[in-house]
Amino acid sequence: MTAATEALAPSTLRRGASRSAARITLDVVFSAVLFVGTIVGVVALATLIWTIVDNGWARLAADPIAFLSNYVSRLPARSGIKAALVGSTYLMVLTALFCFPVGVGAAVYLEEFAPRNRVTNFVEANIANLAGVPSVVYGLLGLGIFVRFLQMGPSLLAGALTLAVMSLPVIIVAAREAIRAVPESIRLGAYALGATKWQAVRRQVLPAALPGTLTGTILALSRAIGETAPLLVIGLPVVIFTLPNDLRDPVSALPLLIFNWTSRPQAAFAEAAAAASIVLLALLLAMNAVAIFLRNRYTIRW
Amino acid sequence: MPEGRTHVKEDEERHETRIADALKARPVEDRAAAAAETVFRLDDVHVYYSRFLALRGVTLDVGKNEITAFIGPSGCGKSTLIRCLNRMNDLIPGARVEGKVEYHDQDLYGDGVDPVEVRRRIGMVFQKPNPFPKSIYENVAFGPRVIGMKPSSMDDLVEQSLRGAAVWDEVKDKLKQNALALSGGQQQRLCIARAIAVSPDVILMDEPCSALDPVSTARIEDLMDELKRDYTIVIVTHNMQQAARVSDRTAFFTAEAAEGTGDRTGLLVEYDRTDAIFTHPGDKRTEDYITGRFG
Repeated sequence: MTAATEALAPSTLRRGASRSAARITLDVVFSAVLFVGTIVGVVALATLIWTIVDNGWARLAADPIAFLSNYVSRLPARSGIKAALVGSTYLMVLTALFCFPVGVGAAVYLEEFAPRNRVTNFVEANIANLAGVPSVVYGLLGLGIFVRFLQMGPSLLAGALTLAVMSLPVIIVAAREAIRAVPESIRLGAYALGATKWQAVRRQVLPAALPGTLTGTILALSRAIGETAPLLVIGLPVVIFTLPNDLRDPVSALPLLIFNWTSRPQAAFAEAAAAASIVLLALLLAMNAVAIFLRNRYTIRW
Repeated sequence: MPEGRTHVKEDEERHETRIADALKARPVEDRAAAAAETVFRLDDVHVYYSRFLALRGVTLDVGKNEITAFIGPSGCGKSTLIRCLNRMNDLIPGARVEGKVEYHDQDLYGDGVDPVEVRRRIGMVFQKPNPFPKSIYENVAFGPRVIGMKPSSMDDLVEQSLRGAAVWDEVKDKLKQNALALSGGQQQRLCIARAIAVSPDVILMDEPCSALDPVSTARIEDLMDELKRDYTIVIVTHNMQQAARVSDRTAFFTAEAAEGTGDRTGLLVEYDRTDAIFTHPGDKRTEDYITGRFG
């Protein structure tokens, strides 16, 4: 029997023929480690959500209308989240209006128009770094520039601009990745028909990159809506009994309110904080659901 | 060993018969057509990618309403050359064209020539079908819109273009559907429809069938024969039977290593009527290539 026919004998297919017991064990152990890694994350999240729901559900379900439509009060039972909820919504919409066009514009410039030189590389590296800067630092930036230097005060405008500057690097990175994912053949196809660079970008590249860009933007905004530190630093109030009519009016925000309530001694305020957290979580989950929907529905499979 | 050599010989003979059949299958008047008006006149064209010389010393004329085929092994510069004809090479950083490329007696690389204007008149179909990720209708309407054409009816223009590319019957009921859902062959014909929608003068095809199955390839070849009545066509192909079947003139390119550096530079070996190239090539290198003896 030659070596070749021996290698093909049926016995070589049996378990343990070439794979030793140690290698099989290693396979099993490795899968188990990966599984545990996944479970830790899921369990932690589930515990967190359970704790919040367990503490806050009774408070929220008792009178949800009153909870959502009352202003804050000295008495925990009469306190509501109206100003914070409306404030968070306004902040979110304004932040999106500020940072989406600027972020997409920066991404288009960097990907399609910027010359490949040291300045561009420097800018690119710093945008990636900015995405990792702690949010409290953005708060200080907002305080220094928007609140003090530009004299906006602790207002809706200053808050939204601060959150926008904070979200910008993440949006730029997401938009650049979406633009880079559009195949070069699409640009060449447009040029070959007599399109100018701007026409190719505006009518082919941007629409094709839009789902990815929107997904990234929504995820960045859902991070911004949960931010407490920058809003705290620029001095947005918690106790407020009016809704903003003007960009220069002060607003509150849900995370600020939750932070304030959890630091009070009364147990009833802790419950209210948990109830407000449920509302904030629901908002976040809704935004992420929209992002996932956009990604699954509109992402192009080339 | 002797056995192996016989096989090679048989292969060669079969190969030659196929090319002969391809030539014979074509109408006689087609082959005997008189020399046409010149669309492109290339004189001593060199193309560089930064310092690398990709193609040297190409001189040839492309005739109106003819199909001109560029053939040759990989790396011989035939795709590089076709991209010079509509200034697609401008998009590659570092690419540089020397020598004269005249289009209807006008210097394509002269001062004040706008590559965007050039590409409106000289369309291009790429190796891999590249429909836009939009509806079939939008794919065809895109070109006319960006160049500011104001057709009396965009619907009619879209229909004409799709008919012209022999794909109308397959897509007429799904014009609003995404073009990426079409088969590869349909996508490529859509890309041809897209190219003719802007009423170009010339259509450049860079290996348009290399990603397609034989049936789709045959359809595109038939289509080219119809298109040449209205357009001048330049095609790059790896497939010699395809060149023999569809083209009026064939340019054979090869690549040679430069002395010292070892960089391979493409050059034009021979350019003649297609039947002449395939039946009695004037250069040994051409003969070796078309008979499959290329090493």
